[in-house]
Parts: sequence; C-alpha cells; structure tokens
Amino acid sequence: MKLDRRSFLSFVIGGAAGTAVTPLPWKLMDDVSIWSQMWPWTPVPPDGAYTYARSTCTLCPGGCGIAVRKVDQRVVKIEGLAGHPVNDGGICPLGLGGPQMLYSPTRVTGPLKRVGPRGEGKWAKISWNEALAEVADKLTQLRDDGHPEQLAIFSGAGQGTFSALLERFMTVYGSPNLVRPATFEDAYGMAVYRMHGQQAVVGFDLENANFVISFGSGVIEGWGSPVRMIRAKSLWKDRKVPLVQVEPRLSNTAAKADRWLPIRPGTEAALALGLAHVILAEGLYDRNFVEYYSNGFEAWRKMVLDGFAPDKVAEITGVSRDYIIVLARDFAKAGAGVAICGRGRGTTPGSLEEAMAVHALNALVGAINRKGGVWALPGNEGIRWPEVEIDETAANGLQRPRLDGAGSGDLVDAGSLPNRFFSAQAEGKADPVKALLVFEANPLFTQPGTETVKKALDRLDLLVSFSSLMDETAAYADLILPNHLYLERYDDVVAGTGLAAKVIGLTQPVVAPRCNTRHAGDVVLALAGAVGGPVADAFAWESFQACLEETLADDWDALSEAGYVVRKIQPAYWFEAFPTASGKFEFAGGYRPVPIEGDKGAFPLVLIPYDGMRIAAGPVANTPFMTKTVGDDVLKRQDVLVEVNPKTAGALGLGEGQAARLSTPRGQARVRIHLSEGIMPGLVAMPRGLGHTAYDDYLAGKGVNVNTLIGPVEDPASGLDAAWGIQAKLAKA
Amino acid sequence: MEMNAKQHKYGMVIDLDKCTGCGACMVACMSENNVPFKKDESNKRDSITWMRVYKISNGKPYPDADVCYLPRPCMHCEGHDGHSPCVSVCPATATDYSRETGVVSQIYTRCFGCRYCMAACPYHARYFNWWDPVWPDGMEKTLSPNVSPRMRGVVEKCSFCFHRYQLAREKAIYEGRDEVAEDEYQTACAQACPAGAIVFGDLNNPDHQVTRIVEPDPHHHFTGHSKKAFRLLEQLGTNPKVYYTTERQWVRKILGQYNFGSQAAAHGA
Repeated sequence: MKLDRRSFLSFVIGGAAGTAVTPLPWKLMDDVSIWSQMWPWTPVPPDGAYTYARSTCTLCPGGCGIAVRKVDQRVVKIEGLAGHPVNDGGICPLGLGGPQMLYSPTRVTGPLKRVGPRGEGKWAKISWNEALAEVADKLTQLRDDGHPEQLAIFSGAGQGTFSALLERFMTVYGSPNLVRPATFEDAYGMAVYRMHGQQAVVGFDLENANFVISFGSGVIEGWGSPVRMIRAKSLWKDRKVPLVQVEPRLSNTAAKADRWLPIRPGTEAALALGLAHVILAEGLYDRNFVEYYSNGFEAWRKMVLDGFAPDKVAEITGVSRDYIIVLARDFAKAGAGVAICGRGRGTTPGSLEEAMAVHALNALVGAINRKGGVWALPGNEGIRWPEVEIDETAANGLQRPRLDGAGSGDLVDAGSLPNRFFSAQAEGKADPVKALLVFEANPLFTQPGTETVKKALDRLDLLVSFSSLMDETAAYADLILPNHLYLERYDDVVAGTGLAAKVIGLTQPVVAPRCNTRHAGDVVLALAGAVGGPVADAFAWESFQACLEETLADDWDALSEAGYVVRKIQPAYWFEAFPTASGKFEFAGGYRPVPIEGDKGAFPLVLIPYDGMRIAAGPVANTPFMTKTVGDDVLKRQDVLVEVNPKTAGALGLGEGQAARLSTPRGQARVRIHLSEGIMPGLVAMPRGLGHTAYDDYLAGKGVNVNTLIGPVEDPASGLDAAWGIQAKLAKA
Repeated sequence: MEMNAKQHKYGMVIDLDKCTGCGACMVACMSENNVPFKKDESNKRDSITWMRVYKISNGKPYPDADVCYLPRPCMHCEGHDGHSPCVSVCPATATDYSRETGVVSQIYTRCFGCRYCMAACPYHARYFNWWDPVWPDGMEKTLSPNVSPRMRGVVEKCSFCFHRYQLAREKAIYEGRDEVAEDEYQTACAQACPAGAIVFGDLNNPDHQVTRIVEPDPHHHFTGHSKKAFRLLEQLGTNPKVYYTTERQWVRKILGQYNFGSQAAAHGA
C-alpha cells in the first residue's frame, strides 16, 4: 500500500480524533490512579464486636478513670471515663497513648538476660524459672552473707497495694533501702510535718479557692493530677477566680494566668515572705487562726517584718514593689486564697524553706484546713495485713542506716532521697548496695545527673528492671523481668496528688497479656517464696490478685463495678489538728537561697528545665502520636530548640533556629535557638523528657535529656534535691 | 427515611481562654481516625494532623509577651449554599457538602490527589498523603475499623468524626428514635478535651449548648449573633461552622488575618 501525504494526514488526524473520543485514555488514567492507591499493604482493620472496659490509668499518679474501646480483643482507643471524680471524661495526651504502648515494638516480650557488656543491647531470652532463680539466688546470697541491706528497691509505683507489698517484702527481708522518686510533695510534706507536727497527706481544695498564687507550679502542665488541674483552671475561668503565676518563663500556665509575674528563679520563697510582710504590716491576716491555733507567731512575724520589706523583696526577686503590695492585699482580702508551689510538674522537690514560706503564707490567710485552702489529711490509714515476723538477719539489716541517710541524723523526717541514694552509691561511700530492683521507674532517664546515676548502677552486682517497655534503665539492666502493661493487669491506684478527697481506682486487665510477661506483684511473691523462711511466711497469698482482692475486700465489688470508690475525708478538728509540742500550728522558717551549681564566670547563663503536657518526662515516655504534637519551635528533626530571650541570643550572635553548643558543669549538647520574648534575659529553657536513648526511632535520639546537663543540688535542710537550674554557657556550634 | 428530612448543621465552638494547648484533642483525633505517623514529624508541612493546635503570640517584648493556643479542625465551611472553597474546586467530587449534617466529607477512593482543595482551603485544614502509611510492627492492631486507613496520593482532613454520627444514627434508628441526642454524637476532640474548651453540637438546634453559646445569626451569614463568638478569616465569606470565643482582644485581632500557612506558625510543647 502506498502511503501518500493525504492518507498519512487522514490517518494521523483521524487517529488523534479517535483517541480523543474514545474513553480509553481517561479510563486508563482513572484505573492507574485507583490502582496506585490500592496497595495491598494498606491495612484493612478487621471489624468485630465493639465494647468498652473500665479501668484506671497508671501512666502518671493522676489516677484518671478510663474507658478502653475494644474491637473484639483489640484495644483501639482510650477515652476518659465520664462521671469519674478526677477527670469526668477528660483525658490527657499521655493517657490517650495506651494502645500505642500496648502494641509497641519496644515491648519487652519476655524475660531477658544480658549477654554483652552493660547497655550494649545484647540479650538472651530466658525462661521465667531461670529469671526468678537468678534473682532469688542473689537475694538468698545477700541474706546468707548477713547483708540484706545491700538489696535496694527503686519504685515509682503509686501508693497502692503493690507499694505496700514492696514495703512488706523489704521489712521482712531486712533492708531499709526502699527508695522512691521525690517530688514537691515530699518537700511540702516535710514543711507540714514541721509546722503541724504530723505526717500528713497534703490536699489542695483548689476547686473552691477564689484566689490562687502559683509559685511556678505548672497548673495546666502536669502539676498534681493533670486532668483535674486543667478542669480546675476552667472552673476558675467560669467563676472568675484569679490565678497569678510566678515564674521566669511564660509557660502555658503563665499565659493562661490572669497575671504573669516574672521572677528571678530561685527567689520564690523571698516573694512569699514579702507578701507575708505586707499582710502582717497591714494587719490583713486571719486573726482568729493566728491567735487561737498558732504558736511561734511573734518570732516569725519579727523575722518577716525585719527582713522582707517590699523594697528589699523587690530587689531580691525583681518583682516590682508596688505589685507585691497589691498582690498581697488582693490575696489576703479574697477570703479563700491559696498558694501552691513545686516548679513545673513538681518532679523536683525544691527547698524546704520555700515550702515552709508558702505554707506559712497559707496559714497567715487562714487557708489551713479551710474550704478552698490547703488540707493536711491524716496519712494513709494503712493496709490491715497480719504483722510480719522478722528474723535476726532482717532485724540486723533494718538497723543499718539507709544509703540515702533519710530517717537518721538531721534528716529524721525525710522519706526518701533518691538524689543522695544515687550519689552515695556512685561515690562508693559507706555500704554500697549490691542489687537493685527497679519497679515502675526509669532513673537512668528521669533522675537529674545521668552520669552519676550511671556510675551508681555500674557499682551494682545485679540490676533488675521490671519494665514492660525497653526504657533506658531496662536497656542497662542485667535482667529484665517484664511486668504486664497496665492494660493487662490488676492494680489499685490511690488517686489525686493534692486532691482534697481520696479516690481509689481499680486498674483491670482489659486484654489478655500480649507478651510473655508476669505481674510484678506475682514476681515479688515468687521471690519471697524462693528466699524462704520468714520472708516466705509473710506472704500467704497465692497471687497478687488474691492479695488485692483481700486487701480491698470491702470495696472490691464497688471497684470492679464502677472502677473507683470515693472516700470523703475531713480534716481533723482544731483541737487535734496540730500534734506539735504546743498543740498549735507552728509558724517557722526563713530564707536561705539554695545556690545552683556552676561558676558564673565560666557559665554566665542559667539553664532551667521546663515541663509541657505534650512531652512526658517521667518513667512513661512519649508515644509516637504525642511526639507528633510537639511543635517545630521545640523539636526540629533531631534537634531540641532551647528558649532564649532575643536580647541574650543577640549578644551572643545567635539567631532563630541557629545551631549552638550548650554547656554546663555537667555536660554539653548541641541545641538550636528559639528566640522567645516569653523568657527572662539570661536564661536558657529546655523541655524535660526529650533525648531518649532507648525505645525506637519514633522517640530515640530526638533532642537532649536535660538531666544529662543538670544535676541535683542538695537542700541542707531536707536533703532533697532543690536544684532549680544550673549555670550554663551558649556558643555558636 | 424521615430522619433525612431533618436538616442538621453540626458545628463547634472553642473557648480559647480555656484551651491549655495540652494537645489531647490532636492525639484523640489521631487515635480515633487512624491518622498515620512517621518517625520524624517535625516538618509540619507534611505532618498530617486533622486537628492542629497553633500557637499565636501577641508579638510584644518581654515581659509583656503573651501566647494563645488555637485548635484548628476542618471548619466545615458552608460558603454560600454549600459551596465551600474545597467542594467548589474538586474535579472528582471526592469532597462534598452534606445538607443533612453540614459536614464536608472526603471520599478517599474518589480522590486522585490533584490537591486543588488544599490550595483552596484558607485554613490549611487539608493534608496530602505523600507516602503510604507505615505502622511499626504490631501497631496496626490499634487501627479502628470505623475509619478506613488512607493510601498514598489522597487528601485527608477532619470529618467531624462522621463515623460517630453514623453509629449514633444507626443506634437511634434501631431504638426507634428519629433524633440523635446531643451527647450521642460528639467528636473525639470535644470528648477528650480536659479543659472542656470544645463544645460540639447542632447549630440548628436551639437547645444544643453550641447554639446557645454562638447564637448564629441567619440574616448575617451565621456570624455569631452574640458577637462573643467569631470565626476565622470571616471576611473571606467561607461561612465556617467552627466558632471561637475569647476575652482577649489581641487574639481576636490577630485571628482575623491569620496566615495558616506561614512557617512562623509555631506549635509549642
């Protein structure tokens, strides 16, 4: 066939027209787009029966009720439990994270034994029998050697049955070294002990207060029971209750407060006494309380009037004299004013004098045991278990002083001093402990002074972690005996840090354990059994669940049904409220600022850690969803951004987003600069909770753990960690 | 069905003075709606968050600086008669305005990823799946069967938890009722918010809390009659169904002109 020009053109034009008319290309394009979206690896979640199970969250001490949504036996979502006295349906970003923890690839799937050097990450899977035998051998050996005190427990478990079980175990085993993380509640509790004459659980009736001064407490950033506090803040907004936030950084709480009062960090106690000065000088205090129920008022009053005039306090704190006077008047005249302290989440206890100054301020306005005030509630009524029989070995062990020195010498009323525990162990002073069991805690990440903690752990013969997830301490352990996750086990939670009522919640297994894990309570029972003798005899229960059911016998039905019970607690009557020598409230305290670590010449700036709701800094770490919510002004790729005032950054030639080297006497790290007008010049603020080295790529290696840059500073009065910052230096990287 | 005859107009009012910026709404939304996540989510331009909490600043120097958090779901714009900006431009009818509920839908299987809707949305409420979602080993078990996981190449956005409406409606029909009660249909963010800052309900129902707060004025494009409630970028005429309240004048002033795409929009911790 001959192809002439005419037929060629007809063919081309006809072909083009035909192609345009046929639906084929459009159909193909459609198919390609649909096909390219139908990758077989896009999962189709299997359907099933939808149910909700009630439980109690244990991810922080808050004690919120949760409703766990399941599809068949799969947990797909966690919601706040409506009607619960703590959170009434509300929930925080961490509490929502349960499903991502339950199904996390960082779960420890069964007992592990370290085979390489510590922290290298080489593990051998062992059976539960082998794991229990390893720990039991060490426990038996320490007792055989006559040194039961060389066993220590570090436990972050809340004040429930499991904690009581650990206490009982240590008593009958013969070691005084049961150490707990300390918080502002320890410092405040010691202040109350000195001023009320009794160990008491402190509750703040914040819902009924009508004027609140917060000395740096992260009211909406995780202080106390976080969801309860956020709800209280909303209530204050509705009722027009003023909140005055005293801190050097514009935290979320400061931004939401009616007034942000920037203060030189570490001088909060001076401000509290300055406010007291105005209240005393103008006669605005609660005369009834002071006259009839207090002692030592005149001496304290003289100390305040002599030393804390507004002019002088303005000089110390940087808060204007006029505002000190106005604030003191407003606070005293409010009628139901209350002051709280504990910086950020309150995970650093702070100085005892600071807590005493704040508590004295509360006493001055009559806030003690008053509606809308601060309540000293009788301590835990205790769990009624049969008395233990202690053998000679145990009796001798219990005679030894605690490694942290709490309970003896000057620190007779201290409960637990983790900062001293780790430093004493690291320095190899006195009698170091040989074996450490870690429950519900991750000290290698959460304790300030990471290097010291690591050194302390290096001196152990045996480090056992009971963590469900591969956290830093677990990764450094010799043995991991993984606990069930909270969604897989029974536990009781005494809720409400600072809550003016006692709410007991029941944590229930909502799904069968996913991994080869065991309840740490059952493991403790098994270990006690293996040690034998009086240690075994002290534990008659066949399982932790049986122990729990027996302990909560009266409430068990209500707990299983509703998930919680509420015990209304009333403060004691005046005549029995203060078992001091005078039988009255003791005004006491002074102001000796606790200096922070570091030389001002070499480190001219001050690094302060801060807390936020989107970064968990405790023993439970962020889930991928939570880390996703962290802003790009806080975390950019692997770099943390530190907040610096533009004036400070400008003087160093540092601009927004620029890389810098942040150094302190404790260490140094690469950071980026975020210029913020919400921070006092001269300060550098870094979020707590970043810089994980364990877990997986969704969390590890992001930012810097502030605890590697800051260490504890001991408060001479209490032994507690009172560090509010550390001297620091910034330079271009 | 009789139920369809009834016109609802679901909307939301967010109290910016109660919002604490905690991020619970974001996580609740992600958990409810099978939103994917990557190892690095610090590039906020490709980070999918149906609900995003912005942090805005008054721009004043220390110590007069102030910040405010701004939760931003999809505004479910009604525009004029259902012509919301995104619905108007979609060539695939993958997004639609429901006259039964007022919800702007997104149908993933229809979407072919042209992203016109993203360009049209002044609130940056729409997100594109640049990659197939990947769940770490085992974590696909957290996926809810109520919401289909998306695939590479499609746009997604807040649906006002429409599956919750469907479930509530099914339940109502099954129980012989022709109305979904206020508390039966709540979005995941409103339910989770610990501050009680998010109120959700039917703006056509005078008994619903959201209507009582907003008092929408039908004669003035449903602007808040109370003048207490305002909407974002009101002047664009998008007629959104998400309202905000605040007593802070600087917040209202900034939000009238806020650029949601600016990289300066920070998000906090």
